[in-house]
Formats: sequence, structure tokens, C-alpha cells
Amino acid sequence: MTEATTTTATTSGRPGLDVLGLFRRPEIGAFAGLVLVFCFFTYFGWDRNFLSPLAAASWLNFASTIGIIAIPIGFLMIAGELDISVGAMVPAAKIILATATGFYGLDIWLGILITFSLAALVGWINGMLVVRTQVPSLIVTLATLFSVAGLTLFLSLYLTDTTQLALRDDDTRPVVEWLMGSYHTLQLGENGPTIWRGIQSSVFIWIAMAVACYYFLHHSPWGNWIFALGGDQESARNAGIPINRLKIGLFMLTAMAAALTGMCETILSNSASTTTQFTLIFNTIIAVVVGGVLLTGGFGTVAGIFFGTATLAIVQQGINYTQFDRNLSNLIIGIMLLIAVLMNDTFRKMATNWSTGKKK
Amino acid sequence: MSDRTPVIELRKVDKSFGPIDVLHEISLKVHKGEVLCLLGDNGAGKSTLIKTLAGVHQPTRGEILLDGKPVTFTRPKQAQESGIATVHQFGGTFPLMTIGRSFFAGVEPTKGFGPFKVFDRKKANAIAVEAVQNFGITRIDDGDRLVGGLSGGERQSLAIARAVHFGARVLILDEPTAALGVKQAAHVLRIVNEAKRRGLAVIFITHQVMHAMAVGDHFAVLIRGAIAADFRKGEKTREEITDLMAGGQNMADLEAEIEGYMETHEGHPPPIAQPAE
Repeated sequence: MTEATTTTATTSGRPGLDVLGLFRRPEIGAFAGLVLVFCFFTYFGWDRNFLSPLAAASWLNFASTIGIIAIPIGFLMIAGELDISVGAMVPAAKIILATATGFYGLDIWLGILITFSLAALVGWINGMLVVRTQVPSLIVTLATLFSVAGLTLFLSLYLTDTTQLALRDDDTRPVVEWLMGSYHTLQLGENGPTIWRGIQSSVFIWIAMAVACYYFLHHSPWGNWIFALGGDQESARNAGIPINRLKIGLFMLTAMAAALTGMCETILSNSASTTTQFTLIFNTIIAVVVGGVLLTGGFGTVAGIFFGTATLAIVQQGINYTQFDRNLSNLIIGIMLLIAVLMNDTFRKMATNWSTGKKK
Repeated sequence: MSDRTPVIELRKVDKSFGPIDVLHEISLKVHKGEVLCLLGDNGAGKSTLIKTLAGVHQPTRGEILLDGKPVTFTRPKQAQESGIATVHQFGGTFPLMTIGRSFFAGVEPTKGFGPFKVFDRKKANAIAVEAVQNFGITRIDDGDRLVGGLSGGERQSLAIARAVHFGARVLILDEPTAALGVKQAAHVLRIVNEAKRRGLAVIFITHQVMHAMAVGDHFAVLIRGAIAADFRKGEKTREEITDLMAGGQNMADLEAEIEGYMETHEGHPPPIAQPAE
């Protein structure tokens, strides 16, 4: 009898249900939103070349600065936490790199290492505070947001006497420029078609990171731990998952991703400023939520976050290619966020109901 | 019950948190294939006792014996590795994860080499579904379904099947039926019987006497951190047990009073401030 039930269990392949299966995928909502927004701007931006490589570069470049941070933020949100200190971590990383390399003349690689280390430290502090004090991570990272911002401003003035630092090209190395802070163009042949033009290095970093994180979240055992942690913390602990280390690791990953974005921007623009990026905080959260991640944790996909980031970037940048007033983009984003949340809710319910219904 | 060495035994276990004594000289034995029902009202020390067994707390005095050998657990993981599994009221499963993934949370099967190890979804699903079906839950037949789509009883069963699959010999069930309807509770009780049939030592914590009497071989009533009564199946009636749990107060009378009041007051329980008529 046991064998009979086992065979039915293992061979429950459902031919013909694969199309339905596609609709069950959690990122389908985010993907539909992306297609919708893209079509919208293609139509209204047709005359102003929304489909040109330069327009694509403008929203892709914008997306990459959010996307690199949004993915680890998404991980944190899936694990039931939040990190808003990235708004201060990005300028902090800029200043650290510019101070180390541009002001003190250290080697760029050393500068990057120092920046990453200090970012990891901030992430570790965030994580330790959340794990030890049980204070909601929103408050903890709000505190570190202001602490890091204040410290950045103070140290920048104390060490360099300015809040605007330069990082000249000859301070860095060509390979670092190419990897982190250049505009890339790909043209087939001498007069061939342009595949892409004016794409920042950070776009490639973003895509590479999305691929790596996709593997990490959905195919490695650790990904399972993140979902379990967000689903039910106590059960996850009982299942033997090292939840504290996992959380601290995720906070460190987020801070380092923020540092990476900051460094890319600095190397690209050759300058660094201490201005705290409050909009970035909201942008990352919007990207993640539009991407279908559940605010309360336990649910979400990397593909969804990727689509969510792209959608947000298209709305923010695509508006320049239409007749609409630029200021309307925030209205669109607000509405989009609402629709996305409602839609994701529906898709998630469908996913859960599917599991109860039908085959009895 | 042929093997006379208890799987798990507590000898005069005391537990205090600072100046507050929570458990006093708790002595218990659970044999293979036996269900010990731990009864007690809220605040009787049930949770502390479970946590002590599960390695969350260490006893202040006394000892815990596993297969006759004294053991000390400093971490819950150690207790788990020794085969002591705790299934909590809502616990052990993750609503928005698939059955296969939930089943293997923390102990994921992988395929591939080195850093390229990936979660083996097919294997996880097949094992999870088989383990649950062997417990008689035939409605679960697809490991890709979300746990949130299962009923409360099924989730509880999934958690128990999980614990058994990962080599539990002592199963601690913390109020598994408390939040369930009648049918669902019966479901879980059947699973408990199945676990017993398989030779597990089960510690079943509840304050529902009916549920306890349906599966229990051995009963212990906990009052204010001490064992107030310790008896075997059939030695006491339901009413006697309920009275014991309520600390000697005549519970049956009290229940009858409340029921009487509710009948005459459109189903409202008596107000707390004034004594029931």
C-alpha cells in the first residue's frame, strides 16, 4: 500500500497544467506590471524615441543604482526585516572611498577594501542590534541611518575640511574604471547596429548580482532558510537554522550592496558628497514591494524584485520621453504601488487556494 | 513497553529563574511506544518543562536521562540531535513555503558539487509527500503546494511527520489540538496514535482532558510547577482529572454553572466581576 501511494505521489506530473503553473509563479504580477508600463511609455513616448538605446540606457542606469540595493533589501524583507540605513550608507561609502583614495592617495583597491569593510561593520552593527535588542529593524536602521549620516558629515569635515570630495580618474585604475564606473557601448562592426549605448558598469553589476542572488535565494539551501526565517521565526529556530547569524549576514550584505552602489557612482562621476539619499530608501522599498515581496516576510522572488526595479525606473525616467509633466511620475508610482500590492495579494491567494482546491 | 528502560526520564528536576522557582522536583518517565499526557492549567509550568526537555533551559537541579544515561543539553539543537523533537501549536511549518521546502527547512537535500549545490526539489517533494502519506494523510499528494493551503490538522500532521522522519524518538507535542476544530483534532489524535504505534515516546501537552484521554497511557497533572498527580490510563475519570487540573476546585460544578448561565443568557458567559448565580 505504501508503495502504491508513493508512486502516485512522485509521478504526479501534470501535463497541460504548465500554463496554469506559469500563472502561479509569484513574479508574474511584477512581470505583467513591467510589460504594462513598458507598453504605456512605448506608446506615449514613441515620438520622443523612448525605444532608442539612449532612452534604454537612461532608465537602465537609473534602475541599476536602485536594483543593486533592492535585491538584498528584498532578502531582508523576505526574512521579515527592513533596512533603511542604506540612505546614509551610500553617501558614506562615497566619502570613505573618496577620502581614502582621492584625499589620502591610497590605492583604489585598498580604498574599495576599506569601504567594503566599514560597510560590513555598519551592517553587522545593524544586525547585532536587531538580533540582541529585538527592537523592530525599522527603528534600529532609522537610528543607524541618522548616526551614519551624522558621522559621515562630521568625519568628512574633520578629515578633509569639505563635504564635496573629488576622485580623479588618475586616482583610480583603468580596470576599476571599466568595472565600476564607465559608460559602455556595444556596436556590431564599424557601421553595424548599436546593441547598447551609454550603459553604466553598474547595470552589468546589477544583472550579475540578480543572477547570483536568484541562484542563492531559489536554489541554494540558504535561500530556503531566508524564507523559513520570514515565515515563522520560532519554527525556523527550532528547525536548527542559525537565524541570528543569517539575519546579521543579510544586514551586512545590504550595507555592502549600498556601498557598492555608492562606489560605482563615485568612480563614475569622479566626485562624492555627504548628502543623505532619502529618496533612495523609498525607491528601494517601492521596487521590492512592486516586485511582489510580502512586507511581512516569507514570500518573494529575485525575478520579481528585478522586474519591480525596472518598472519603477521606466516610470521615473520614461516620463521624460512623453508629453506628460515630469511631476506626474510620482503620481504614477503611487498608483502603481497600490495596484501592485493589491495584485500581488490576489496572485498570492491564487497560489494558496490552488493548493487546497481541485484534486481531492 | 517491553523494554523497561524509559526512553526519557526526569529525576527530581528543579528549575528556577533567579529567586522564582518554576518547577519543583519533577520526576517523569516515558517508555517506548507510550503516550504521556501532561495536563495543567495555564501557568502551571508546562512550557518551562517542555523547554527544559527541549534544551532551551537547563535544569537548576536534578537530571534528565535519555535511555538511562544522564544528559545535559546546552542548546536546543543538541536535544534535537539526540532525538527529542518539539512540535508547537502552530509550529514547524511555514505557510508561504511549499510542502517540500517546509519539510526540509534547515536540512535541505542538495545535489551538485561544492559551492554549486542546489536544493533538490524533486527529492524533497517526494520524501515529504511519502512521509506524510505514511501517516495516513493521503490528501497531501503534491510537494509543490503551499503549506498555507492545508488545514490546521494537516499542518500539525506535517510537522509531526517531519519530526518523525528526522529521527525523533521522543516527540513533545505542545498543545497540538488547542486551536483546532473537532474533526481536525481527531485527525491529529490519530497521528499521535500512529506515532505511538511506531514506538515513539510521546509527551502530549494539553489542557483538554478529552483529547488526553483519547490517546494517553499515562497522565501527569502539573500544578504550580509540581506534579500533583501521576496515574495510568483508567485509574481516574474525566471529572476527577479536570478537578485536579483546576487545583482541587470542583470544576465540573463550575462548568455546569457557567453552562446554565449561558443557556439563560443567550449564550453569554457570566460577567467576571460578580459571582455566578
